[in-house]
Amino acid sequence: MDATPACAKQHKGPIYSEDAVINANGTLKNAFVYIKSGLAKRDYPVPPAPVKLDQKGCIYVPHVVGVMVNQTLEISNSDDTNHNIHPMPKENREWNESQPPKGDVKVKTFPKEEVPPILFKCNVHPWMRAWVGVVSHPYFAVSGEEGTFTLKDVPPGEYMVGAWHERFGVKEVKVKVEAKQSLTADITFSAN
Amino acid sequence: MWNPWLNRYAYLLAIATLLLVVAGASVTSNEAGLSVPDWPLSYGKLMPEMTGGIFYEHGHRMIATTVGFLSIFLAVWLWRVESRGWLKKLGLAALGAVIFQGLLGGLTVLYLLPKPVSISHACLAQVFFSCTMAIALFTSKGWLHGAPEVEDSGGISLRSLAVGTPVVLLGQLALGAGYRHKAIGLIWHILGAVIATGVVLFFAVSVLSYFQSHRPLRRTAVALLSITFAQVFLGVGAYMSRIATLEAPQPMPLMVWFTVIHVAVGALTMGTAVLLGIQVLRYVRRPRLEVEARQMATT
Ligand SMILES: [Cu+2]
Repeated sequence: MDATPACAKQHKGPIYSEDAVINANGTLKNAFVYIKSGLAKRDYPVPPAPVKLDQKGCIYVPHVVGVMVNQTLEISNSDDTNHNIHPMPKENREWNESQPPKGDVKVKTFPKEEVPPILFKCNVHPWMRAWVGVVSHPYFAVSGEEGTFTLKDVPPGEYMVGAWHERFGVKEVKVKVEAKQSLTADITFSAN
Repeated sequence: MWNPWLNRYAYLLAIATLLLVVAGASVTSNEAGLSVPDWPLSYGKLMPEMTGGIFYEHGHRMIATTVGFLSIFLAVWLWRVESRGWLKKLGLAALGAVIFQGLLGGLTVLYLLPKPVSISHACLAQVFFSCTMAIALFTSKGWLHGAPEVEDSGGISLRSLAVGTPVVLLGQLALGAGYRHKAIGLIWHILGAVIATGVVLFFAVSVLSYFQSHRPLRRTAVALLSITFAQVFLGVGAYMSRIATLEAPQPMPLMVWFTVIHVAVGALTMGTAVLLGIQVLRYVRRPRLEVEARQMATT
């Protein structure tokens, strides 16, 4: 990163790769969790608020994020340098666009469900990677600093919950949700 | 009439083209091909900030533009002063190839590196480089003075090998490009290396053993053998460095450099094989018996 001063000056301390972040309490950050099966087939309303993906200090922020099918993703560049944004989907259409320093926000949507998440690259800065999961319903989350995630307002039923992590692969757990119940499910990944 | 400046200029173009191959290979190895999403301009400019991957991609475009202009000038020069009509046409063909090559390069960017286009771009690069080396040979003093003719010994004809060896090498370069652009597995390039090395050895060693005292043939054959040995070594190096740095953050400089030099020396191997092929076709006559047999057949 030192090769591009505009990148390095945004950081004070050392910079670590985000491909496997273990939280202080031993939990895993940046796992993408979603209901994989068991939901009734219906059209879930797309939230009007956009999901944001920024490039700051030549890092995609956040590293892992989810959007609903056709929900807008706003991509911005907070850096004083050029980036190219290059999602490499398997289901959706691939594209590659440049974004100049503090350039106009890009507004994008993805019309097809896609998990494992879409890898976003920047070829100017080969370390820059983000993952964007695209789901056809609103029941998805990304594990945070405490290693936790929350799927809100899930209707009663039996579901398969899927979890994906870029280094540790995929895991699944079965859950049964009763009406007005709050339920905890643990998902464990092991280093391979 | 030998035109020393034309000859030097042809060498200059060949060297510039080899540099261009190095630059192009660096783009692939640094995965920088898409760091500049627009073409022919870069970030809407002639000269963007040369940072990160843009350094490789835009640098490649700048050297390519230079080689393009050098090729235009060479074609015009040949057209105006050269007496051999076929060489004038070769100059034009080279110019056509380099223009087409530029368009292929643009297509790789605009269509996000479609494998067939990337692989064609890699192969045409090698063909164009061989072309520049051939023009440098045809405008050289040694070629214009000529050398004595010798007779093919029969067996597997050297004249067939003269054509076959560059074809086999181009196939091997295509397999290498196929692997680099993730169209095929590495095993095909390794198998290809065994065959290509065998064919080159057979061709060059045959030339050396039959026509050791023929200066142009001997010199090119020795050059081809040395470059091929270096190339095999570099190939093994590129593979070993890839294995050794598999777990490190990519791309690793050691692996990048081994691979880039392997690509450039691959171009040099092909170019030298083309030169030896051309010289064999000129200096090595068909065996007399075969010529007589043909004459009998036609009369
Ligand atoms: Cu970037």
